[in-house]
Amino acid sequence: MYFDLTDEQQAIKATAHDFLASRFKSERIRELAASEDGFDAAGWGEMAELGWTGLALPEEWGGQGLGIVELAILFEEMGYALAPSPLFSSTIVGLALTLCGSDDQRDRYLRPLAAGERRGSPALWDAGSPASPGEFTMEAKADGDGIVLDGVKTMVADAASADFFVVATADGRRHLVERDAEGVSVTAEPSIDLTRRFSSVGLDGVRVAAADTLPGEAADYFPVFHRLCVALAAESTGIAQRTMEMAVAYAKDRQQFGRPIGAYQAVSHRCAQMLLETENARSTVYGAAWAADAEPESLPLAASMAKAYASDAGWRVPNASIQVHGGIGFTWEHDLHFFLKRGRANAAIFGDAKWHRERVADAVLAPAPDPAAL
Amino acid sequence: MDLTLSPSEEEFRDEVRTWLLENNPGPEPEGGLDEVMTFRREWQLKLHAAGWAGISWPKEYGGRGATMIEQAIFVGEAARQEAPSPANVLGLAMGGPVVIAHGTDEQKQRYLEPILTGDEIWCQGFSEPESGSDLASLKTRAVKDGDEWVVSGQKVWTTFAQYAKWCMLVARTAPDAPKHQGLTYFLMDMDQEGVEAKPLVQITGEGEFNEVFMDEARIPEENVVGGVGNGWGVAITTLMNERAGLAFGAISQIQNSLGRLAKLASEVRTNGGSAADDAYYRQRIAQLHIEAEAMRLNAYRGLTKTMQSGIPGPEGSLGKWQWADINQGLTELALEIEGVYAPLSRGAEQAIDNGAWQYGFLRSRANSIEGGTTDILKNIIAERVLGLPRLR
Repeated sequence: MYFDLTDEQQAIKATAHDFLASRFKSERIRELAASEDGFDAAGWGEMAELGWTGLALPEEWGGQGLGIVELAILFEEMGYALAPSPLFSSTIVGLALTLCGSDDQRDRYLRPLAAGERRGSPALWDAGSPASPGEFTMEAKADGDGIVLDGVKTMVADAASADFFVVATADGRRHLVERDAEGVSVTAEPSIDLTRRFSSVGLDGVRVAAADTLPGEAADYFPVFHRLCVALAAESTGIAQRTMEMAVAYAKDRQQFGRPIGAYQAVSHRCAQMLLETENARSTVYGAAWAADAEPESLPLAASMAKAYASDAGWRVPNASIQVHGGIGFTWEHDLHFFLKRGRANAAIFGDAKWHRERVADAVLAPAPDPAAL
Repeated sequence: MDLTLSPSEEEFRDEVRTWLLENNPGPEPEGGLDEVMTFRREWQLKLHAAGWAGISWPKEYGGRGATMIEQAIFVGEAARQEAPSPANVLGLAMGGPVVIAHGTDEQKQRYLEPILTGDEIWCQGFSEPESGSDLASLKTRAVKDGDEWVVSGQKVWTTFAQYAKWCMLVARTAPDAPKHQGLTYFLMDMDQEGVEAKPLVQITGEGEFNEVFMDEARIPEENVVGGVGNGWGVAITTLMNERAGLAFGAISQIQNSLGRLAKLASEVRTNGGSAADDAYYRQRIAQLHIEAEAMRLNAYRGLTKTMQSGIPGPEGSLGKWQWADINQGLTELALEIEGVYAPLSRGAEQAIDNGAWQYGFLRSRANSIEGGTTDILKNIIAERVLGLPRLR
């Protein structure tokens, strides 16, 4: 029993922390937030050099072969720094290719992805659909030995800088579609989150060759989904940690009625609540990350617990931090709003807290009896 | 990172599990506290005979010298199997460790063995009517008279004082010294004329707690622990010990309660189905499970940290706060699920689960008060973990 980071893991965390702190100072985040596509080419190149683009991908395909614990460490720091980067999207696509792709697809797509030479993003939710994880409506229409895709995928993250998409269809399969393939169009969808952009991807009679459909079937993507939920929950934990630290620092510094506001229990107890939520999020995240690496049978429940808890903490803690800051926290000039917005967007994607709690209820409550029998 | 038990820890868990399966005397007798205490004394003798009393105590003092993780395993397993408490729970968790840490050789000789056997029950005389959260303001006075101290004052919330032989008493020996420096830690014989314990009836109708009145009670000077004027430091060690050991038992209890809550939800019918099918209840039950899991994992993180540094940190306050919230939330939800039957208590023909949840609901109101109120715990976290300024 040892629930802490090892020395190697501490080193990964320290490297990530220092690199991100030096690259993503407030001015840089603001520049990217104000830019047209939000993409940071220089930062991407450096992350690739650090090996982050292949961190949890197999060594055989050019990755570092590290585990989900290491991935969670990295994404906790990405959230802490609020680094605008397509790393999360590319990581998901990398995990999907690793677990559900063919060797030929891994050779063509995974290798350059791990090297950071190309970027991919998952295109899952259908415009106008209920937007629940796993419920896809786009048909894979047979066409010769391939298929044809028609429709609009939305909430596609980092689409503007993606070289290819992994598109989900109603049969539960995934298909590799190049960004510049005929019939593909990308339309930015303005969102509250300026540090991770969303787009709609139009697919107008896009033909997919048989070699570009992943062999994995619907259930094969569950392990991918659970792992990406852990990484996203880790990112939200980093957001909570950072905004809690901002609140505590401000509460020590800001004077009202002749003393620091942190001396008032209305403020200090709010800060204690922020610590509780941050530590709970962290524990569920690392518990789930450990399960992914060492006890995969307990991952589905652990991942849903982590994503549910961190979805809430990831926006509630920045929200509380704004309250501690008072008026200054509500200004554009202060960075807090960027954290609140990312935290809220993270809560919404890949299953919100309510959706994941329902998975937890499924696991902990006896299967619902047939209503007719009652 | 490794969240599994090592082979030797697993072996220890199996040993504990098997012994408890064979020896656990089952639920406590219904009826009065006297019957319960007799039952718990017998259980403690059995524990002691098998070497399970004082498992954290060093072997030279009659304990088992178990590691922190082994203590956590034992406490967790005993709670999981719903084994009763030993009779002398405060002696084992607080009195013994304090005598071991601060006592003289003579005190160790005199007091430790009867704590382990349960022959002498201990109670804790800390809180007073006007000194709750602000413990260091306590007013009970001890005045030196020859080779004795003479004590007058009142203590409150003294668990099982009516059965206790010894009281861990903190009293003021230097009224003019700054409030934390004028205190001394005594072992007071409860069996004397100047001491009277009166049960305090709590909102459940029971009397676990007492008021203790001291009117010129006498304590020989050799019963001072840790030196005159050092009472605050000795008392703090006691409280740290109290908090450190309890977390894993509390976690198992919560897991058992969550199991019962799921059963309750599947049995209670609401809106044409069972409560377990109701979206609202499902969300709330799931959230309690998630919080309980976070508490369990936090405790393991804390344990790893404590094993490295040797002393429990102020982060333990998070666990106690969380436990109170979850335990209260759980019983509140159970009553909500019971709907119109929520008021019916033990003995009512139409009561669900013979009123167990009603008792739990009422008893858990104390969880955010006993052993440090949630409000004080938040202060501790704000000041000692986050480094925020003190208001005082």
